[in-house]
Amino acid sequence: MLAFKEMTRNVGRFASISSVIALITVLILFLSGLGEGLALGNRQFIERIQGELLVYQDTADLQIAASQFDRSIIASVRRVPGVEDVGAIGFSSTVIRPPSQSNAAGDEEGLRVSLLGVEPDRPGEPAVREGTTFSSSSANEAILGRQAALRSGARLGDIITIRSTQGAVDESYDLRVVGIADGQQYQISPGLIVPLITFDRVKPKGDTRADETSLVFNVVAVRGAPGIETEELKAAIEREVRSVEATDLVTAYENIPGYTAQRSTVDTQTGFTLIIGILVVGGFFQIQTLQKLGQIGMLKAIGASNGLVAWSTVLQIVFTNLIGVALGAIGTALLAASFPATVPIVFRQGNVLIAVSGLLIIGPLGGLVALRAALQVEPLTALGLGK
Amino acid sequence: MTVLPGADDSALHLPSAAEGPALVADGVTKEYRLGEQVIYAVKDVSIQVQPGEFVALVGPSGSGKTSLLAILAGLLRPSTGSVRIADEEIGMLSDRALTRFRRRNIGFTFQANNLLPYLTVLENVTLMLSLNGRTTPAAVAWAKDLLAQLGLEDRLNNLPSQLSGGQQQRVSIARALIHRPAVVLADEPTASLDTERAFQVVKTFADLIHDNRRAGIIVTHDLRMVRYVDRVIQMRDGVLERVLDQREEILALAEGAP
Repeated sequence: MLAFKEMTRNVGRFASISSVIALITVLILFLSGLGEGLALGNRQFIERIQGELLVYQDTADLQIAASQFDRSIIASVRRVPGVEDVGAIGFSSTVIRPPSQSNAAGDEEGLRVSLLGVEPDRPGEPAVREGTTFSSSSANEAILGRQAALRSGARLGDIITIRSTQGAVDESYDLRVVGIADGQQYQISPGLIVPLITFDRVKPKGDTRADETSLVFNVVAVRGAPGIETEELKAAIEREVRSVEATDLVTAYENIPGYTAQRSTVDTQTGFTLIIGILVVGGFFQIQTLQKLGQIGMLKAIGASNGLVAWSTVLQIVFTNLIGVALGAIGTALLAASFPATVPIVFRQGNVLIAVSGLLIIGPLGGLVALRAALQVEPLTALGLGK
Repeated sequence: MTVLPGADDSALHLPSAAEGPALVADGVTKEYRLGEQVIYAVKDVSIQVQPGEFVALVGPSGSGKTSLLAILAGLLRPSTGSVRIADEEIGMLSDRALTRFRRRNIGFTFQANNLLPYLTVLENVTLMLSLNGRTTPAAVAWAKDLLAQLGLEDRLNNLPSQLSGGQQQRVSIARALIHRPAVVLADEPTASLDTERAFQVVKTFADLIHDNRRAGIIVTHDLRMVRYVDRVIQMRDGVLERVLDQREEILALAEGAP
């Protein structure tokens, strides 16, 4: 077959374009993985809440940090028809020291984590992969998200120390690790989940004189009764409870500051890289076709059909592209395996398939110009009489 | 005598040398319009070429010889007139049918871009068999024999870039003949060759045309090359200026050439 003979006898030329496609593939897969990793790092905890809605203060504009509730809201939401269960959730951040350094005085290094307060056995408490759930709402216990466990080195039963600024004083609190959950990241930080009352006690706060009985948290997670529509439940809550706004989990994490902007930035970069890929592949094959006008004209003059010429061109483009994408995918897998857990790159089957499909399409798309050029060559060119 | 080796035409299901004229052009004109002005590339040309006859089309640049060759090859449709090859009126064929017709009935050698640089000598020659769906072991053996007759038996697996200009033209001659076409057309095949190699190429071409009874037409601006042809058609400004078919006239033209 002409197309493959030309490729096997001009390996250098075709390998160079395959290499470029491989590099573009690596870039696109990494951008896609980075986009997913960053998005996941922002939304993972919220996405895995075992409920359908989050309830905010209506003045908070769906910003978790701006929403503040006290205990009374829990009963109000629970009374709404269609609500099966509710759980208060508090969001903050802190630094944990790994077990080996927990007693080291003056150690400033540590792992920054999202500190998440949840009610035991209520929506918001993560499913534990190893260990147990909390023994009570005020226990000095912690459940670590997978990333927090990996990066801190903490294991089940370990005592970890968190550092928390209380007023003007830096305090340390010891917590026993009772469970490890799947990824629980929030705002690109690993999740450290503690019981709600413990959360209220250990979270960083500016005023330590506040009434200890006034438990404060940010949002309420709601699980609806079986069969009830999310929109219906949302409307019922907003109708029955004053000054609240309820939203589904997707809208909730899309409103995390920077989440949407970050996604669209990475998506734009990926899109532009794909366009660059189309131009590179298209340019290469167009130049190659232009260099072969005489040969193509000769082939047509001696009786090669347009179909044969088109088929050869398409085969070369598709095969060169396929090799490039395969090399790029293998290269990406090898590189990704060598990255530390701190690099927020996540390859999801669906995203990788979309990226690879996009890459497999850009070759033929870029080659359309070359194909058109090849088809337009007149057999008269062989006699130097073409247009 | 240099006869195409291998089995006879019918055994390979390829066109046989026809009886009667292999090529008939009747009143062929090709005109182009530039506004009100009409330019004639070829004007009212009628020629016949018999099987086994080797004809040279000569004339100065712009005389219309290459345009006429393109019309005879079915690469350019005439404005008026007709071309008949192997009893087929090629002007009546669709573009697709014309492509198929060229593949089966016409052999070509060109001035440049004759060979595909990524195919070996043997592959370039058997390309015509592939295009015609006739790549049988017997046909490939036949291609090797033909290349051996052209002195290229030790070059079968070389790429064109490893051959001299004369060797490349001999490969293109083999390709032009391998599928036993009714008509073989050559456009300035000696343009890039030195004199000695040019004579060798044209003589080889002439021998194969004569011995295998194919109709051959060569376009050349080098009048020294016409010594090997049977008839010379001189063109000027798109019309036939004169036809030389006497051996003495042809030799005189060839020897008088600068």
